[in-house]
Amino acid sequence: MSERILTVEDLRVALPVPAGTLNAVQGVTFHINRGETLCIVGESGCGKTLTALAIMDLLPTRARRTAAKLELEGRDLTQTTERAMADVRGNRMAMIFQEPMTSLNPAYTIGNQLEEALLRHRRASRSEARERAVYLLNRVGIPSAASRLRQYPHQLSGGLRQRVMIAMALMCSPSLILADEPTTALDVTIQAQILHLLAELQREFAMGLVLITHDLGIVARIATRVVVMYAGEVVEAGSAAAVFSAPAHPYTRGLIACIPVPGRTRRGAHLGTIPGLVPSLVGAMRGCHFAGRCPFAVDACREAAVPLEAGADADHIVRCIRHAEVASLPPQRVPEVAP
Amino acid sequence: MSLATSPTDPTPLLEARNVTRTFRVSSGLFRARRRLTAVDGVSLSVRAGEVLGLVGESGCGKTTLSRMLLGLLAPSSGEIRIVGQPAEALGRRRIAELIQPVFQDPYSSLNPRKSIGSIIGLPLRVQGGTDPSTWRKRVEAMMERVGLARSLYDNYPSQLSGGQRQRVAIARALINEPRMVVCDEPTSALDVSVQSQILNLLQDLRRDLGLTYLLISHNLAVVEHMATRVAVMYLGRIVEEAETDLFYRAPKHPYGAALLASVLTPEPGRGVPDTQLGAAYPDPLAVPTGCRFHPRCARVMPQCATIAPKPILVEEGFVECHLHDPRTQQGLPA
Repeated sequence: MSERILTVEDLRVALPVPAGTLNAVQGVTFHINRGETLCIVGESGCGKTLTALAIMDLLPTRARRTAAKLELEGRDLTQTTERAMADVRGNRMAMIFQEPMTSLNPAYTIGNQLEEALLRHRRASRSEARERAVYLLNRVGIPSAASRLRQYPHQLSGGLRQRVMIAMALMCSPSLILADEPTTALDVTIQAQILHLLAELQREFAMGLVLITHDLGIVARIATRVVVMYAGEVVEAGSAAAVFSAPAHPYTRGLIACIPVPGRTRRGAHLGTIPGLVPSLVGAMRGCHFAGRCPFAVDACREAAVPLEAGADADHIVRCIRHAEVASLPPQRVPEVAP
Repeated sequence: MSLATSPTDPTPLLEARNVTRTFRVSSGLFRARRRLTAVDGVSLSVRAGEVLGLVGESGCGKTTLSRMLLGLLAPSSGEIRIVGQPAEALGRRRIAELIQPVFQDPYSSLNPRKSIGSIIGLPLRVQGGTDPSTWRKRVEAMMERVGLARSLYDNYPSQLSGGQRQRVAIARALINEPRMVVCDEPTSALDVSVQSQILNLLQDLRRDLGLTYLLISHNLAVVEHMATRVAVMYLGRIVEEAETDLFYRAPKHPYGAALLASVLTPEPGRGVPDTQLGAAYPDPLAVPTGCRFHPRCARVMPQCATIAPKPILVEEGFVECHLHDPRTQQGLPA
């Protein structure tokens, strides 16, 4: 029933910086099956975007990528040449970026950009490509699709541009879509519409969808499974229901407590906070990356690296030596930090 | 909270009376310039002690309205009154003493070449009045108040995190003890863990210093948490205004309802809501006739396309929608 689409094991990305080596992604492991939506959630600098770019092989040239395993539909991407990758990208997996204005080419028409993928990867005829483009523009809810083909990106609103990006990603019926903050630049009403559409298309085309976001609301509403990242590492992963009802990592718990929820948080009351700053990822680190900000931290946390362990169920994994205690607290509760 | 419901001073702190602002925008090399009405006949009042949340999509005129309220932009018609006096009579300097802004992006709203201390202290130098020898002390006290270490006095914005920069912007706004702060998307550029710190700080400052806020945000959950009253703006007009509790329990305008339906609370299993708004998008250069929301409205009626709805008073607020017109409700032509 569950066909594996993507397997990522011990993915690492290192970037040379003046001060040494920035270990931006440090051993990320996850997988996604056909028909699943996996959300990678975390704050700026946690490595979520670089993880996606590493999978697509679109990292900056200075970056170094290593992985124990990186497989798309059984194909080993670490052994795929750059030339062969060009046949995989846009064909078997496609990416949707945050800002559709900068990822669409302003000098080409919508039609040109949509048809290109099919012409390049499938040797389709122009008329076949056009037909598919019109079909998909209609499918993503763009009114008068046929006449839009002659328009340029600047003639469309932000919401419509993001719909075009989605149609473009779907042109070759990929098995995997990576969407990096696809709605962050959009208004809330348009965001809801775009996410609604993505969820619908993901079911209809039985794709795997990896959605990268900082917004826990989006995660809760769309994810089958969640991967929480902090400072380059996966700190917790599991089903959306498990992660939200019994967050087992103090960081996940802290994030949930930070957001106001109408009807749940009391108006004007203090929201939870995560004091302190994300540690520098330059050079080697000892112990748990979150220990410096964690209300649960004990000496043992700072001494040795903390492995990912199974939590309440085998599918719910967490990188915390005190996860059992953390998970047993009511989901909204975060203890005050000891000074 | 009690301040908002029983204002001690009947004169609104800030008032917009039928304010309109138009711009002339270029629409192409050889085409005539067109008129864009960013704010179209808005009346609004902010009473001392309340937090008015102003919500709406990009391009709805929120920022233009706030710039007029801050005295940074003159209305094309209508009047802005501050503490009961016309804004023009008060002048820029006096307005700045009373109302201060905090902008969205602390990366672009702080001068990168000035030290933190001099950024926060600038309003003191501009306004003068007090003894310059006390300035450094006042700046340091304010830094402490907003949670910035005094040791950052000689640092530059580039050395600060996003949250710290927003604290600098708040300190700069408060150094001259204004009565009101206009916060334009104060946390949109920040991570959630930093957002909550800034929201907590704004709450504390409001309580301790007796401040009044106009909070402009597209984040309905943040507005619900902070505001005592909510105004919903759509294509240049305020289409609904209500007490926060009433609005979040039962929005009257279909647009207000769609906005609320779009809030994605972290509740797994509830799925992504269908807003039923269609793919039409609001274009301020082509404002629809009749009700400006009618092309996207799920409850549109025949008269909506031709007759602009008038404000209808409801439960200490108002709504501009034919659905709430008593004549419509009785089945009579509007």
